[in-house]
Amino acid sequence: MPARRRRAFDWSAAVITVLAVTSAALVYFRDGQARFLAILTADLALFGTMLPKVMAGCLIGAFVMMLLPRETVSRWVGAESGLAGILLATVAGAILPGGPFTIYPIAGALLAAGADAGAACAFVISWTLLGYARALVWELPFFGLDFVTWRIIFSIPLPILAGLAARAAWKLMLKRNGGVA
Amino acid sequence: MNLIIDIALWTIALALGLAVALRRRPMLGQSLRYGARDFLTLLPRIAIGMIGSGFIAELLPQHLIPSWLGPGTGAAGLILAAFAGALTPGGPVVGFAIATAALKSGAGAPQVIAYTIAWALFALPRVLIFEIPSMPARVVWLRVAVSLPLPFLAAWTAMLVGKP
Repeated sequence: MPARRRRAFDWSAAVITVLAVTSAALVYFRDGQARFLAILTADLALFGTMLPKVMAGCLIGAFVMMLLPRETVSRWVGAESGLAGILLATVAGAILPGGPFTIYPIAGALLAAGADAGAACAFVISWTLLGYARALVWELPFFGLDFVTWRIIFSIPLPILAGLAARAAWKLMLKRNGGVA
Repeated sequence: MNLIIDIALWTIALALGLAVALRRRPMLGQSLRYGARDFLTLLPRIAIGMIGSGFIAELLPQHLIPSWLGPGTGAAGLILAAFAGALTPGGPVVGFAIATAALKSGAGAPQVIAYTIAWALFALPRVLIFEIPSMPARVVWLRVAVSLPLPFLAAWTAMLVGKP
C-alpha cells in the first residue's frame, strides 16, 4: 500500500491559520477580552467533543484500506457495466476512505484498467459528496449531525445522475471523433 | 446523541480492526500506524479550523448575510452561494469553516448546501493539484461539466423537502 503523503501543514492549512488568527485578533481588539474568551471557550468545547470521532474516523479509514480488494473493483465498472456499474462506482466512492491523494489515483487506475468516463465521474463525485470518512472527519465537527445527514441524503442521487450524463456525453464525443476520444 | 455516535463509530472501528487482525494479521500494526498518523495530521487543521470558525462568524457582516444568502433569497442566493463556493480555496477545512460561520449568521440551509457542494466539487486548487495529474484532462473537464447543476439540484431538493 502506498503511503499517503498528506502533510500536517501545507499552504491550505496556512490559509485557514491566517484567517483564524486574523479573525481572532480583530475580535479581540474590536469586542474586548471577555467576548474573545467566550468564543474561544465555546469553540474549544466543541473541538473536545469531536476528538474521539476524528480518531475513530481515522482508524476506520486505515482498516478499510487494508480490507478492500481494490483490484476486483476495477473489473466491475467498465463501459458495458450499465447502470449497475455507475451504481457500483457511486457506492465505491462513498465507502472508500482516503483523501485526494488516494481517490484520484484510483480513479485514474480504474480508467486505465477499462472503467469508462461515466463510472470514473460517478466515483469521484460520489467520494466528494458522499464519502463518509470525509463527512465524519471534516464536515460533522463543523455542521453537526442533523445538517450533514440531510446534506448527504440530498446528495445521494447526484453522482448517479452525473455519471449517466458523463457516460452519454462521452459516447457522443467518441462518435463525433470517429471512435477516438 | 453525541455519545451514541461515539459508540457507533468506535464499534465500527473495533470490528474492522478485529477483521484486519484475523485476516491480515501482519498488517494490523501498519494500519494502526496509518490511522494514528492521519489523526495527528488532521488534528492541527481541525483545531485551527474549528476555533477559527467562531471568530470568523463573529466578524462576518452578519446583517448582510440574511439579505444575501438568507432563506428568502431564492435562486439569486443559490447562484451567489455556488459561485462563492467555487471561488473558495481548497483544503478540507476552509470551506466548512466559512459555511458554518455563514449558517451561524443567518444564511439559509439550502444556500449553505449549495455553497458546500460547489466548494467540494469545484475548488480549483484541488482540481489542478490532484485531479488533472491523475486522470486524462478530458475526463476531468467532463467531470466538472456534468457537476455544474449538482449544487442547485441538492439545494432545490432541500427547499422542496424543507430540511434541514
